[in-house]
Amino acid sequence: MGAWRSLNFRAALLSVLILVLVLGIWYAATGSTTSATSSAGMTAEQIEYAKMMGKDPGSTKAAGFPTLGQMGTTVWGHLSDPFYDNGPNDKGIAIQLAHSLGRVALGFGLAMLVAIPMGFVIGMSPLLRKAFDPFIQVLKPISPLAWMPLALYTIKDSSISGIFVIFICSIWPMLVNTAFGVASVKREWLNVASTLEVSAMRKAFQVILPAAAPTILTGMRISMGIAWLVIVAAEMLVGGTGIGYFVWNEWNNLSLTNVIFAIVLIGVVGMLLDLAFGQLQKAVTYVE
Amino acid sequence: MNGLLRIENLGKTYVPGKPVFADVSFTLERGEFVCIIGHSGCGKTTVLNVLAGLDTASDGYVFMDGREISGPSLERGVVFQSHALMPWLTVRQNIAFAVVSRWPEWSRAQVNAQVEKFVAMVGLSPAIDKKPSQLSGGMKQRVGIARAFSISPKMLLLDEPFGALDALTRGTIQDELMGIVRETQQTVFMITHDVDEAILLADRILLMSNGAETDTGYKPGGIAEVVVNPLPRSRNRAGLHHLDGYYDLRNHIVDFLVSRAKAH
Repeated sequence: MGAWRSLNFRAALLSVLILVLVLGIWYAATGSTTSATSSAGMTAEQIEYAKMMGKDPGSTKAAGFPTLGQMGTTVWGHLSDPFYDNGPNDKGIAIQLAHSLGRVALGFGLAMLVAIPMGFVIGMSPLLRKAFDPFIQVLKPISPLAWMPLALYTIKDSSISGIFVIFICSIWPMLVNTAFGVASVKREWLNVASTLEVSAMRKAFQVILPAAAPTILTGMRISMGIAWLVIVAAEMLVGGTGIGYFVWNEWNNLSLTNVIFAIVLIGVVGMLLDLAFGQLQKAVTYVE
Repeated sequence: MNGLLRIENLGKTYVPGKPVFADVSFTLERGEFVCIIGHSGCGKTTVLNVLAGLDTASDGYVFMDGREISGPSLERGVVFQSHALMPWLTVRQNIAFAVVSRWPEWSRAQVNAQVEKFVAMVGLSPAIDKKPSQLSGGMKQRVGIARAFSISPKMLLLDEPFGALDALTRGTIQDELMGIVRETQQTVFMITHDVDEAILLADRILLMSNGAETDTGYKPGGIAEVVVNPLPRSRNRAGLHHLDGYYDLRNHIVDFLVSRAKAH
């Protein structure tokens, strides 16, 4: 009884209904379309001709938008064996995902190492804040992919270039938010620290860092969101491995079920990353 | 005797030629409780911040034990108007932060004992592991007081510590503060807006006037008068208004605030 009234329960029920509705529309839209070109009633020559024109009547690969059944088979195929590795163009989905996550983690981690200390310094010094501001304002709106040619030319390694692109796109929100958070730490807390003759290091780690942590984590969360958006595009360009490459590869194979599966997976992983950072943010947030 | 704290010709100027206050000189004896009272904008908080080392004066000097004050120091504990507790720390951690700053070499157990002693002193032992956001305004200010006392400073600076509290809470904490100060023989310099609070707590009351334009030109603010509290030190809040001389003293201060503090 209580469960029925709970807002969460009703919302979850509605979510399931929406999902069923979407799948239902999909089913209705694709279920009736039988293969437009049927080999029935064709002569051997006609079949041969159709094959030469790329319309293999025996194949179902290019038969319009995939049906729900085909989609299910693909999803099951991926989830039942996510770790296989049959050479460069045929790896399990978990391996592709691990490559992408690894690149994001590396680029994001490097960006953190640079952005947070630098944001700290910029936030503490009004002089540096003003001096760095024009550079940050110009560099921030640049699409991270625009750096790709420059990165490929100078680094000469496609995989590291991908990491560099993640680095460069993650750095700005973290830098700006850290600087803002540090600059807006309440004067009274700093006064408490100075009347207690707290050393600069202790002040930085025990007063400014916890005071600015919620703002810093907001920056990190935004950065992570952007990094996950960018990695797909970057891997499409760079190729080799990763979920972005997988999408591009499956598009070249015209395997729409695989493309759809990858799209949904990218969404789910992005959501999980955001949830994780949301939890971290919750952990450092304080009520005044 | 030279006094614990000696202030000489202190002045603060923001607009050239028109100092907010000038020629502020007074001394604080050891164990003395001095209140400064005056209207907003007269520069009381600036005086206190200079004594704390958080602000610098445009003119004059402050000496503590014969040595000039050059910055904030653990020897002068400050209770801030807005309690200034760190909201991400519990009461225990907030006070421990101060205790560790004072005695970095202390063991964890020593720090904890000191923290618990001073939390008990302000009657907050049941709330020791709560965050400031879970406490009422009066309780937060008590923590602020406990934090200032916990580092055993040579003197305390209180910047209108009860300004944001309701009258009932304020009375209770005034009593507590008076008890603790009497017991520890602490030297205190306190800003207040409340005449009764000053009469209850202070041995001496400094009346500060605002800077103002007069017929003969601009006259900066400063200490217009020092009132020595004639009431016995054993006074308490409940019996204060029955004491001889209470109304004379109160009227004198209120008259000052009404008629003399602003215009000269």
